[in-house]
Amino acid sequence: MDINTKKLKKNAFRVSKVRGLTASRVRVPGGCCNADVMQQVVDIARKYGNGQIHLTTRQGFEIEGIHMEDMDKVNEMLQPIIDNLQINQNEAGTGYPASGTRNVCACIGNRVCPFGNYNTAVFAKRIEKAIFPNDLHFKIALTGCANDCIKARMHDFGIIGMTEPQYDPNRCVSCGACVKGCDKLSVDALKMENYRIVRNEEKCVGCGVCVTKCPTRAWTRSAKKYYRLTLMGRTGKKNPRLGEDFLIWADEDTIIKVILNTYKFVKEYIDPNAPGGKEHVGYIIDRVGFAEYKKWALDGVEIPPETVVKDNIYWSGIHYR
Amino acid sequence: MGKRLNSDEMQKIFEILQKSYDIFGPKIYRGAGCFSDTDIVRYGLLNSWEELVWNQKSDYSFKEVLLPVSETILYFTENETKTADEAARQRLVFVKSCDFHALKRLDEIYMKNGAEDYYYRRMRENTVFAVMGCKESGKNCFCVSMGTNRCEEYDMYIFQDEKGCYMELRYRELEELLWDYGQNAQEKLTFVEKNEIHVEIPEKLPDAIHQDPMWQEYGSRCIGCGRCNFVCPTCTCFTMQDIFYKDNPKAGERRRVWASCQVNGYSDIAGGHSFRQSQGERMRFKVLHKISDYKKRFGYHMCVGCGRCENVCPEYISYVACLQKLNEKEGK
Repeated sequence: MDINTKKLKKNAFRVSKVRGLTASRVRVPGGCCNADVMQQVVDIARKYGNGQIHLTTRQGFEIEGIHMEDMDKVNEMLQPIIDNLQINQNEAGTGYPASGTRNVCACIGNRVCPFGNYNTAVFAKRIEKAIFPNDLHFKIALTGCANDCIKARMHDFGIIGMTEPQYDPNRCVSCGACVKGCDKLSVDALKMENYRIVRNEEKCVGCGVCVTKCPTRAWTRSAKKYYRLTLMGRTGKKNPRLGEDFLIWADEDTIIKVILNTYKFVKEYIDPNAPGGKEHVGYIIDRVGFAEYKKWALDGVEIPPETVVKDNIYWSGIHYR
Repeated sequence: MGKRLNSDEMQKIFEILQKSYDIFGPKIYRGAGCFSDTDIVRYGLLNSWEELVWNQKSDYSFKEVLLPVSETILYFTENETKTADEAARQRLVFVKSCDFHALKRLDEIYMKNGAEDYYYRRMRENTVFAVMGCKESGKNCFCVSMGTNRCEEYDMYIFQDEKGCYMELRYRELEELLWDYGQNAQEKLTFVEKNEIHVEIPEKLPDAIHQDPMWQEYGSRCIGCGRCNFVCPTCTCFTMQDIFYKDNPKAGERRRVWASCQVNGYSDIAGGHSFRQSQGERMRFKVLHKISDYKKRFGYHMCVGCGRCENVCPEYISYVACLQKLNEKEGK
């Protein structure tokens, strides 16, 4: 059997423990797919796999136990899934054109969750459209609110939904539900003065708890949706760590530009001798320095006036080397 | 006798009304709902017919037009007070039949139950009401059970359909303004005649109902947010707030602000006592007021069957189901 494993991996298959057997990795941007996609995954697993489907940590499907000689047929069967999920592709019927940039994950967001501050899947798909296919190893996750259920802070780019609470004092009945909610569930950024609410803007994380707690619509969400962008969280052997805030009260366009600029930065600075051409972006920034990265990241980006840009970032985490 | 108006004539009369009145009605507030990307329908100043919401029950009732959520009623300084100015213009308010019946309850409490309320009266006297014909029952409406589905003593009746609208006028000032527009017509007034939900109000509840263990269950479910009171067109409770301006504590203002019998602090009194401490007791107080205690005093039920409390409860506590439970208790 003559297989180019580099091509196989790039085509979103995997070299498995069992010689001659592979697994097909189906990306589902935003973790949001309909029953048709699910059925097609089932059909592939029944026809070419061993009937097992792994739900991956990145919200994809991994169809197990596929014979390497069936990869072309599997790619044909993947086409309706790729079409359904509108994945960028070079040539129909050939499966996924890259696997380096991982599936963009998202929590369920405001489609279902009362705390979600935006439609996470829609933004995830927008990012997927902008960055895929790409061989560079990027991990991006989106979460609807500061609870961060998707664990966005463990990704290279973590996008956390925010809302700027709008207060109409004339609708406030001083019931204190927002003050209590902010204290018990969030950062205690509200207090009552003269029976009206004062919000500590420095402290407020834009979670929106005050809005969901308010019984009279004195608190509502800002028309504009905001995001916190956290950078370079990671797991791994050397220095697992949480991502740190880079932009606060940012908008979608800015975030997409920063991500695209980061690809340019990586192309410039990636270690040419990195094994398999794979070096995580976080380690590149560790080598090159945050100041240089920031220069690249914000190149040509018009930052909205309300967006807070961090001067510097000092990551921590556990150092094993 | 009424008038049939086409859409051009409707635009014209809206403009005429705007000259004499601030026009209020249920309208959509985009993105202002409790959750992200959700809307809310509540009362606000209308700038066009298009803003007036017909096909959906407003989440909050009309009452805030007469009783603002928070209203400054007087200003004070060291030795003097000044009453807040009244609304500068006359107001026209679009309501559905259930809310028009709720108006009678508000009038009862604020103008006929002991001393007349000055602030309510001046607002009330400055306000005329247009009843919107209801074609279809809304979600959880039970106006037919409460006998509030039809009404008569309105200033204006209006029913909008695809051809325009049918209008009847009963207030002289409105007649003078509008009678020249549209074609004379006599149409049957459209009101809801049937709801999906039918409610029997228990009329002979035993006294022991106050001690019934059924209320305890609500104690563990209700979070005391007060939404059921705030959306209710017949809840009239308020509290007073005297505040001293931060820059100059020698001056300040007195506000009256909506209060809720479900929210902590409602029944607190001097000395630190509080009557109804559990949410179960508060639920009992509210429900029995709506369908029993008010009637003992005024001869008719307080609840108008609009169903808003049913729709808004974040804990899915059903007022209608509670009434059904009471019925079963009555039967025993």
